[in-house]
Amino acid sequence: MPATEVQATTRPRSHSRKATLKTVLRYAFLTLGAFIVLFPVYMAVVNSLLEPSQIAHQPPPFFPTNPQWHTYPDAWKGGSLGIYLRNSAIQTAIIVAGQLVTSILAAYAFAFLDFPFKRAIFFAFLMTLMIPFEVTVATNLTTVTSLGWFNTFPGLTVPFLATGFGVFLLRQAFLQIPRDLKEAAQLDGYGHMRFLWSVAIPLARPAIAALGVFSFLGAWNQYLWPLLVTGNNNAVRTVQIGLKQLLNTQLDQINVSLAGTIIAIAPLVLLLIVFQKQLVRSLTAGAVK
Amino acid sequence: MAKVLFEGVSKRFGDVAAVDQLDLEIADGELLVLLGPSGCGKTTALRMVAGLEEVSDGSLSIGDDVVNDVDPKDRDVAMVFQSYALYPHMTVARNIEFPLRQQRMDAAERTAKVAEAAGTLGLGELLDRKPGQLSGGQRQRVALARAIVRDPKVFLMDEPLSNLDAKLRVQTRADIVSLQRRLGTTTIYVTHDQVEAMTMGHRIAVMQGGKLQQVAPPEELYERPANTFVAAFLGSPGMNLLEAERVGDKLITPAGEINVPEHLSAVLDGPVTLGIRPEGLHLSTSGLAGTILLVEMLGAETQVHCSLEGGATVVVRQGHDAQRPTLGDPVVVGVDAAALHAFGPDGTRVAGT
Repeated sequence: MPATEVQATTRPRSHSRKATLKTVLRYAFLTLGAFIVLFPVYMAVVNSLLEPSQIAHQPPPFFPTNPQWHTYPDAWKGGSLGIYLRNSAIQTAIIVAGQLVTSILAAYAFAFLDFPFKRAIFFAFLMTLMIPFEVTVATNLTTVTSLGWFNTFPGLTVPFLATGFGVFLLRQAFLQIPRDLKEAAQLDGYGHMRFLWSVAIPLARPAIAALGVFSFLGAWNQYLWPLLVTGNNNAVRTVQIGLKQLLNTQLDQINVSLAGTIIAIAPLVLLLIVFQKQLVRSLTAGAVK
Repeated sequence: MAKVLFEGVSKRFGDVAAVDQLDLEIADGELLVLLGPSGCGKTTALRMVAGLEEVSDGSLSIGDDVVNDVDPKDRDVAMVFQSYALYPHMTVARNIEFPLRQQRMDAAERTAKVAEAAGTLGLGELLDRKPGQLSGGQRQRVALARAIVRDPKVFLMDEPLSNLDAKLRVQTRADIVSLQRRLGTTTIYVTHDQVEAMTMGHRIAVMQGGKLQQVAPPEELYERPANTFVAAFLGSPGMNLLEAERVGDKLITPAGEINVPEHLSAVLDGPVTLGIRPEGLHLSTSGLAGTILLVEMLGAETQVHCSLEGGATVVVRQGHDAQRPTLGDPVVVGVDAAALHAFGPDGTRVAGT
């Protein structure tokens, strides 16, 4: 009997001490991780503001004593970043919109409709996730070129308008919606499209937002495909290719190239800040439910 | 408002008949309770009326129209789900309004109807809340409001009280009954809870294994069960069943003899299953011999479970002032022979009793 009493009084205290230690360790680990991830970004910002002569200095300065703000307008003008950013924005908007629309519709069909070979077709969708993009590049390029889409926005975007990942992600989200809701709406006269619009999409919003962000990141950061299907006249060339060009033409001015890089990642950082809450919620939504 | 008519309606899932040849008429304005243990087919029957399950066989009518192939939305029925099926992202007002938004109705009329339905169920203060901010009872009332707002021909309720706590269930039970009597809308109410069934239904349809066992008003169901299933299912605890054989003017059971009562003397012959409610038994000095198995004190009454000689178990209901017996003691159970029911070898009530 005394033994259990001792346990009862000491356990909470030692438990809480252990918990504190755990928290401290966890934060230390996260801080270290954040430092490792952010340090190169910080150095890019610092280097973009240094004079070219300072960059080669060892050890490199960790703070720009004489910030060269002109590198940003230089990169913007010299690298035609305005046009490239516009092109990237158009390309990304088309891909994100296309992926959301096709994924929502396909996922709804897999979640709520019954049709022949449903499982087989779904597995076919899943299988596309396992084929690396590089495998399909050559055939896609042939197809797109033969359609006369070289150096056009359709050529840049159409191969990415559907995604097995998006279908899978949203199907899981739709399956979380109780069947009763579908049946209640059905009795109240709601067809598939109206139910999708007024119930399924609002309830799956965290997953849809997550898919939107993923597909934005993927589209914005594309390199190989835009390099292959865009020509030299800048009509549809995206910012990632533009950066490479900037680097090639400004070999002696690393700071300008870095300024261009910072400009190119700015939209992503903005997106992350704006959608931070939604993103976290979407990643934890399943766990809390 | 309309009657609902099942004529030989069956629902098969593969080889299993969830509902088997159901014939049932629900009168205009009636509250009919479909009662039975889980898996008895009551919910399937209800879902067929809603149009959420297709009818495999037979004919199902609402009003004068056969609706076998009519879309759920065109049947003009409203359903209250066990889970309430409220839309979590919409306010109470939007939830109630949801069925109306599908109809061509101007916004002012919609708002007025929502206010009326919400007023009827005392939800006026909660219109701007989301379902997540409501208690179970409030959600239940929102589900009811959503059903009545459309003024449908038929209400379908699928165990709407089973997620409420016991006290709230009693209150809501009474509320639903008074609402139904006031609106006079034909209602089919599915439950496995016999207290709900007995207190709410104009008539009760007892189902088991996909088959209809008996349809009758509550009193008749209790007093004249059509077969041993209904007898044992209704009442808490259900009717005691005893195997016996009539020899002369005696009913012989392994635990002892009972005199054949007057109301049974003309119809009984040979082997019979006797039924007797716990209130028809008492602890006595003459009757059936056994031992005390369990004594359950429930406040106003005490239920004494006795194991009779020959293996049968019966429950005896005692008033709270009776002497409480001791576990394991030998006992003699007296039978009020006038309260005996008799069932034939196939389990159906002996004709003429």
